[in-house]
Formats: sequence, structure tokens, C-alpha cells
Amino acid sequence: MKNPLRENVGGFFARNNVTILFIVLCIGSYIASGTSMSYLLPELFTRFGRNAFLVLSLLVPVVAGLGLNFGIVIGAVAAQISIFLVVLWGFSGFGGLMLCVAICTPLAILFGWLIGKLFNSMKGTEMIGGLVTGYFSDGLYQLLFLVILGGVIPINNPTLMISTGVGVKNTINLKDNLKYALDDVSMLTVIRVAFYVVAAVSVILLIFRIVKKQGLKISSLLKPLVPLAILYGASFIPAAKTFLDTTRLVLVTAVEIAALVTVAYNLYLIIRKKAINKEPGVPKKELARIGLMVALYAVTWIPQMYDAMMAVHLPVLTYLCIGALCLFIPWFMDTKLGQNMRTVGQDRGVAASAGINVDRTRIIAMIISTVLASYGQLISLQNIGTLQTYGSHNQVGLYAIAALLVGGASVNKATTKQAVLGILLFHTLFILAPNAGKALLGNAQIGEYFRVFVAYGVIALALAMHAWNSKGKKRKAPNEVEDGSMAIPFGL
Amino acid sequence: MGATSIKKTIKNFGLPRIIIFSFFVLLMITAGIINMDVQSLMGDVIRRWGMYGILVLAMVPGIQSGIGPNFGVTIGIVGGLLGALISVELRSNDFFAAYASNPTLVAMMSILVALVLAVIISSVFGILYGMLLNRVKGSEMTVSTYVGFSVVALMNIMWLILPFRSQTSIWPIAQEGLRNTISLEADFSNVFNNLLGFYIGRTYIPTGLLLMFFLLCVLVWLFTKSRIGAMMAAAGTNPIYAKASGINVNRMRILGTTISTALGGVGIVMYAQSFGFLQLYNAPQMMGFSCVASILIGGASIRKARIFNVLLGTFLFHGIMAVALPVANNLIPEGNLSEILRIIISNGIILYALSKSKEEGK
Repeated sequence: MKNPLRENVGGFFARNNVTILFIVLCIGSYIASGTSMSYLLPELFTRFGRNAFLVLSLLVPVVAGLGLNFGIVIGAVAAQISIFLVVLWGFSGFGGLMLCVAICTPLAILFGWLIGKLFNSMKGTEMIGGLVTGYFSDGLYQLLFLVILGGVIPINNPTLMISTGVGVKNTINLKDNLKYALDDVSMLTVIRVAFYVVAAVSVILLIFRIVKKQGLKISSLLKPLVPLAILYGASFIPAAKTFLDTTRLVLVTAVEIAALVTVAYNLYLIIRKKAINKEPGVPKKELARIGLMVALYAVTWIPQMYDAMMAVHLPVLTYLCIGALCLFIPWFMDTKLGQNMRTVGQDRGVAASAGINVDRTRIIAMIISTVLASYGQLISLQNIGTLQTYGSHNQVGLYAIAALLVGGASVNKATTKQAVLGILLFHTLFILAPNAGKALLGNAQIGEYFRVFVAYGVIALALAMHAWNSKGKKRKAPNEVEDGSMAIPFGL
Repeated sequence: MGATSIKKTIKNFGLPRIIIFSFFVLLMITAGIINMDVQSLMGDVIRRWGMYGILVLAMVPGIQSGIGPNFGVTIGIVGGLLGALISVELRSNDFFAAYASNPTLVAMMSILVALVLAVIISSVFGILYGMLLNRVKGSEMTVSTYVGFSVVALMNIMWLILPFRSQTSIWPIAQEGLRNTISLEADFSNVFNNLLGFYIGRTYIPTGLLLMFFLLCVLVWLFTKSRIGAMMAAAGTNPIYAKASGINVNRMRILGTTISTALGGVGIVMYAQSFGFLQLYNAPQMMGFSCVASILIGGASIRKARIFNVLLGTFLFHGIMAVALPVANNLIPEGNLSEILRIIISNGIILYALSKSKEEGK
């Protein structure tokens, strides 16, 4: 019984039961559906690009103790209002998308502030509150789009408005204006803009430091600039230019590049550790990373996987945005504000006595989440290419939260890794379920209902297990139960 | 003196109720001004009062036993739908015709069978659901909402594969899978509505429906006044104290949840007979929310509820819905204004109650 290995293994399974169940479900439905990897992978990466940002927007409120933010629907609403305005005014392309960002950011900040205020008045019931707030805001949104636009504010635009002139049409086609506005930015443009921006920032910093008579720290400035300069220089080689001029990166190439960069970087780290700093011990972390990338690269040598991965075209800038957010969130959590959020999330009383303004911190967390969610919805809609005026936002919260939980996150703990894993698993099942349902039961509809059931079921299971576990913990600390806090019949 | 007593009355009655009541009166007056048939509208209000009343009544035992507003009443609704479906199936096999030939009598028998089956099936679901809720004390509302959603989603699959064969229930061409809406024309549609029903002017009074609603209200009220009902309420309001005085709190919570769920089952059968159709698939999903909203409008909080709250809340909320639809269509034909109104009112009142729950707890 006291075998530590067995306890470790048991604990691992107990902690990750939802994730493990999902892996089994995914493998099972892959086999049952009889589809091939070349069908699954392109679909999966398209969906990943659409949803990753939305799922990642959930992380900050979880850390700040607000639970799963069912209110991201409201961020999505902000994005849709901005898209409507931009389409109405006739802007298009990347500029149009930037205008969307400019409109939806203040809107999302305002909405996030309002939700934060509201949540502060219902501490402990934020999740049900967020769900209801989402429905409530949907009502206001419908009032705005069905009655006020055209009914109160006259709008003369037959392509957007219902023929009676009151209310916005059910679907808004983004094909001629915002579709692929972000996806269609080429690597070359990204590199050039990044180079000029970094160069400009470096120069400004340098001037600032010279004026202030500080140390110049040129090496720290050169660190990001040199690789960008090399890339920029490479873009003048004709072969490299044609490659960089494309907007989509084939997954095989992406894996090759990632493997090359990771291996080279980690070899450099190992050499620095062992040869220059002479640190003792085996550099386990670095070796593990190299091993992982080599394994990933090896996968591309499996013929079926190679074919499938050749069919996946990643929109570069979209994936760069997702990657940047994946780096931003852990960085943010290490800042002073992020640390405060963590403290508030663990114990509001302790945080307050440590001099943290609890209510304000919670409101900031909600603002960040809502703004990120609105960007997520912009990314998602520019890829899909049609705005379902009264439908696009409805299921956003449900699927994002289910995906996060599938990755092993819980009500009070969630990381970017869990988010990424969760999106991959959840959407794999989502793609395969109708096919598996058709193959197993002869009815694709069953598969479709099954995946909706899974989405709700995962959330129900995760919420129940969280409540169950936290109750167990309380029982272990008897003085907590016996004091007056239980005079409230249920803490909600 | 007068001003303070008015203030106190307002405070007791609650600002949201005053707003909603004024809104209801305003709608009625508007209907009169634009020359609509106010009397038949009033009949509609009364019919919807009885139609939704029992579903809202299902909230009372839940709140009293301490699980809070039962968003998961959908579980009971699903049980009631199953009961009604079995009754339809029995009718299509001429089960009732073997005992009686009078169509009203057959309809009466079929709805009674549906009600009994609804109570049995929902109670079984309710016991299991209550056991789950005992393990998640403190998060009942969120858990019950999502358990309710999951059950609806699971039943979507079941509606497709359950072996019902009645021709009025399944898709006519595919010969399998239950329809989205099943007409009860051949079964028990309106049987309680027509029982002893009469007109006052042009206002129709569905006596049977109202009697059934009031009867269940009285039964629940008698239950709360009984010894076991008092024990359940004690377990809800102060579990520590209740436990100290020897009450099995967990069992009381299961009892409250089960009664609530069973009432949900009865409620949907009564709703369906008045509506004339069974609505399957995603139709029950948001019903829990409108039930919670109704009782909150009636003055209940998430910790306290009385029968009076049910009567008032259902009348106001569903009364507004009954009047708003034709009035809104008359004034602004574009857009689905009454549906928008329903979403805003029902979710707004739930948010209001949630934001007040903290002050009340202290």
C-alpha cells in the first residue's frame, strides 16, 4: 500500500481523470469513425486557430479566484458590435480589423468593468452569475440589433439590414471585407514590421538612456534585434523571399523549424551550463525538450502523418498571436499585479490584510479576460468568414470552458499548457463525434448530440468534482466547520 | 408617519416587484388603448398562470430544504416527458379504450397515468440528483444548472433511440426517432383546461387547471406545516442547528430535492396538456431559468420561499409574457420584442437576487 510508485501513478490518474477519459474517447472515436489523419489534422488546426485565444482568455479570472468566466460571452458581444460597425462603414482588410480592435477594446473594457462590479456584489456565486449575465447581455444585444438599430437609429444599408429596415440580418457575410484579415498577412510583412518596430524601440531606448546618462546595455537591446535582422536580411535572398511571401505555413515545415530552433537553443543552453558555467549534474530539462522535439520530428517521417501534416496550412500571424498570448499570461502572472491576483484567488481575507485592494484586483482580472475574449472572437470570426448575428456568441463560453476543463484545469487552477492540450482533445472529439456516431449507430445526429452532451457533461463533472473535493478538504480542518461560517445555510 | 409606513410597505414588497407590477398594469392599459380584446387577454393570463404554476411551485421545496433555486428542475421535466410519452404509447396500443369508450374519460385516464408515471420517474431521478447535491454543498446552483443541461443533452440522444412506436410520436417517414413537438390532440390535450371551464364575459376560466394548481399549492403548504416539513425547513435554514437537534440534514435535502423534481414532472405534464403539445429536445433546457425567475419575481430569495411567492410571481411573470406578445406585435411588428423582454426580465431578476444574496446571508 505504501508503494510510492503506485501512489504516484494512482494520484496521477485521479488528478487527470477527465483528461485521460478524453484521450480514451478521442482514440475510440477516431477508430470508430474510420476517418484518416488527413481529414482530422487540417480541421483540428483550423479549429485550434479559431478557439485558442478564447480559451486562453479564461485563465486570468481562474487565477484571481473568480472561477470559470462564463461571462466571456460579453467579450464576444463587444467584438460583434465592432465588426458590425466596421462592415457598416465599409472598411476592410487588415486596416478594418485594426479598426475593430480600436472599437472593441474600449467596449470590452467597459463591459469587463461592469461585470467585475457585478461579480464583486456576488462573491462566491460568480459562475452562475456569469452564466446568467451572459444570457442577460444576450437579451440586451438582441434588443440593440433587432429593435434599436434601424428602429431608433435609422440605418440605410440593405445588405446588412432586414428588408423592413428594422433590425440586422441573421448572417453578415465577411467575405469581401474582414475574412482572413489576420490570417492573410504574409510572413515577410510580419518580419519586416517586427524588425522596424523593434529597431525603432531600440533606438528610442538608446536615446533615452543616453539622455538619462544610464548604462547603454547595448547587448540586451541587440538580443531581439539580431535574429530579426538576420531574418530580414534573409528575405532578400530570392528563394527565401518566395517562401516568406506566403501567408500559410505547412505544418511539416513548422515542425521542422520548431525542432531546429529548439534543438539548437537547448544545445546552446547545455553547452553554456556544462562547458562555460561548469554546473554539475545532467541537464535533464534541456535533454527532455530536445527528446520531445526529435520525437515530434520523427512523426513527420510516418507516411500517413506526413501526408496529413502537409495538408495543414497554419495562418502565421494568427498562430503568432496565440503564441504571444501563451507567453504573455505566465509573464503577467509573475508581475506584481499578477501576484496580487494569485493572492486574491487563494484567500481574499489574507489578500485584504496584506493591503491588496481585492475588489479592484478582481475587476482588473475581469477586464483583462473580457478584452482578450473580444480579440478571440475577432480572430475566430475573421477565420470563419460569416457572422451569425444572433448565434456566433452564444456557445462561445460553453465550448471554451469545456475545452479548458478537458485539459485538466479546474475551477481554481488553470495553465496555458492545460488550455492547449484541452483545445486539441476537445476539438478532436468534436470533429470525430458525428462520424463516429454515423459509423456506430447509423445516425450522424446522435454524434452531434453526443458532443453537446460531452461539453455540458464535462463542465458538470468538473464543477461537481471541484465542489466535492473542496468539501473533503474542509472536513479535514474541523475548526473551519465548527465556527460560525456555516451559519449561512449554504455558501453558494 | 404616513411616509415612513409607505416606505416600509415598499420595502416589504420589494422594488423589483413594484416595477414589474407597474409594467404589467402599463401593458394592460396599453392593450386597452390600442383596442385589443383585454378580456380574452385576461383569460390568456389566467391560463398561463395555471400552466406554469406547478413548475414554479417546484422551486419551493428546493429552496426550503437548502439546495437553493432548483435550476436542475429540468431533470424532473424530462421525467415528466417520459411519463407522458409512455401514456401516449399506451393510448396508441388502445390500452385505455379497453376500459372506457367516452373520449373525455379516456383522456382523463391517460393524463392520470401520465401524472403517476411522471411522479414515479421524476422521484427516482430526484433521489439520485439529491444524493449528488449533498456532495456538492455550497455550489448547488452552478452544479444543478450544468447537470440539468447535461441531462437535456443526454436525453436528446435518448429521444432518438428510445423504442417508442406511436405514430403521433415518431417521425412519419423515418419511422424512428421522436418528433420535436408531439401533438396531444388524440391524448389529453386541454382535458383539465376544459374540465368545468366557463366564461366570464369573454374571459375563459380553466377551472380544472386552476383547481389542480391550487390543490398542489395547498398540499405543499400542508407539507411545510407538517412536522417533517418543519424539519426540512430547519435543515435548510440552519443545518448546524438542525443537526444538533437530531435532524438528518442530508436526508432532508434529498427529500426536498425529490419533491421539487417530482413537482417538475407533474408540472410539465400539466403544462403540456394546456399547451396541447409535448416539446422534446432542447425545449426544456431553459425552463429551469424561467421557473427560478418567476419565484424570484414573486418575492422569494435564494434562501426563502413561500407559496404566496409562487402565486404572485407566476402571475406577474407569465402574465407579462402573455400580454407583452400581442401588445409588442401590435406596436412594433419587427423584431421579437416579447422574447427579448422575456430574456431581459428573467435573467435580470436572477442577477438581482444573486447580488442581494450576500447581504441577506449576513
